[in-house]
Amino acid sequence: MVKYELKSGSNLERVLAAGKFAVTAELGPPKSADLDLIKKKVELLKGWVDAVNITDNQTGIVRLSSIATGKLILDMGLEPIIQMTCRDRNRISMQSDILGAYLLGVRNILCLTGDHQCFGDHPAAKHVFDLDSVQLIQMVKNMRDKKVFASGGEIRNSKKAEIKEPRMFIGGAANPFADPFEFRVIRLQKKVNAGIDFVQTQCIYDMGRFGKWIEQVRDRGLHEKCKILAGVTPLKSVRMAEYMRDKVAGVRIPDAVIQRLASAEDPKAESTNICLEQIEQLRQMEGVAGVHIMAIEWEEKVPEIVERAGLKNK
Amino acid sequence: MIVAEQKPIDEIKGYLADHKRVLVLGCGTCVTVCLAGGEREVATLASILRLSGNLEVKENTIERQCDVEFFDAVKEQAASCEAILSMACGVGVQMAAKVFPEMPVYPALNTMFCGTNDGAGQWSENCLACGDCKLGIFGGVCPVTRCSKSLLNGPCGGSVDGKCEVDPKNIECGWQLIYDRLKTLGKLDVLAENFPPRDWSKTHNGGPRRLSREDVAGL
Repeated sequence: MVKYELKSGSNLERVLAAGKFAVTAELGPPKSADLDLIKKKVELLKGWVDAVNITDNQTGIVRLSSIATGKLILDMGLEPIIQMTCRDRNRISMQSDILGAYLLGVRNILCLTGDHQCFGDHPAAKHVFDLDSVQLIQMVKNMRDKKVFASGGEIRNSKKAEIKEPRMFIGGAANPFADPFEFRVIRLQKKVNAGIDFVQTQCIYDMGRFGKWIEQVRDRGLHEKCKILAGVTPLKSVRMAEYMRDKVAGVRIPDAVIQRLASAEDPKAESTNICLEQIEQLRQMEGVAGVHIMAIEWEEKVPEIVERAGLKNK
Repeated sequence: MIVAEQKPIDEIKGYLADHKRVLVLGCGTCVTVCLAGGEREVATLASILRLSGNLEVKENTIERQCDVEFFDAVKEQAASCEAILSMACGVGVQMAAKVFPEMPVYPALNTMFCGTNDGAGQWSENCLACGDCKLGIFGGVCPVTRCSKSLLNGPCGGSVDGKCEVDPKNIECGWQLIYDRLKTLGKLDVLAENFPPRDWSKTHNGGPRRLSREDVAGL
């Protein structure tokens, strides 16, 4: 058997390459220069997950930079997956930030289109979208494997200098619940063709639809070309569930899930049970290489979920 | 056509506060068709301005304010005024300012977009004049204009039931439209192709654009 050569050497890459069921979580940076909040979240997650997504001004709300947060949590002993969206930066700025992130020790990047700024606190801002997520993936891949910038120029300081390229483990997002449904797998195919190593999905509640999607993914053999981490989000309350169903584009929550929460004596405990059942179902599906737990402003739930799902210390 | 809408009347009055005689100048092309700055709108706005203060208001409408030749007809009239209130699009306003270098020229409209008339009182944006038309690839639906994020490899995860996450009530997902058209045309395979980053230098990002054509120069 040919020995798998690590592309980035990140912990997440090692876990996935070893065929272990990966667990990632999410850490939203503070809306201020609050180091204590980061420390608190790191303490909650450290030792429980393989890597943590650091969101990039999600929903267009200004937060501490994802790369800066990534460096901070790296120093605290937690591996970051920095998210990078196309909303706020053009190709010049993105490549510059990728070089910088790499030198700071970041080895995982999640390439996203980005939420439209109309959802955030600066709706009057000018967006960029110089690239889209597929083009961003291709750019990061070319930087790593072809050792060139988007311009085609080599990544070296001068003609005589050594090439020093940033080597990232490249991720992307997939949303099996957006429309048109038949196109969702084609879009994943495009991201695979562009060069993603792993994908994290939108949070899954509609197992039937996810099952159909992963079947299409398998039919195309995409699960063998990139590692698929299935997204789950424990629903903190019925109100949150209804909000996500009604207000977050591309999230589908079946009525049965909401009813189950509504009729539970302890909705929070029931929410964890639902999440654990989902993880168990997802683990059984061929093509699912891990789980991405997005406990939105509920990071303290992650250890319990990981523990009870039997995913600690793989 | 270029679609525009009238500015709030207080903003217009604010421009004219220091003047006593003004020429309200309409344009007979796009803004006439979109009912924002043609002869009829000139008459209405002129009446409103007359009623609202000590302003002498003259009115006229020329065929196109984006062409210098049509201004000849109003030069005398303009000379008798202190200022021009142009009801043309931004292009026309700038041409008026060029034709009358000594006179203040104010816009009465906000120029919105290049778009279509979608029925009575309805218009929508269709073209960003990006200088590198890809409609031939995308089934006659422009991803740069019709997608809120101008994605070339869309749709993003915010496309639900054919609507865009930015405003699900009013904005159709451009990529759903592209998908539907290509499906009808039997060309869905186009969607599997990875489109490289655009050359934005062909847009305004390359600076104000100019077009020179030798074949029609001197005609």
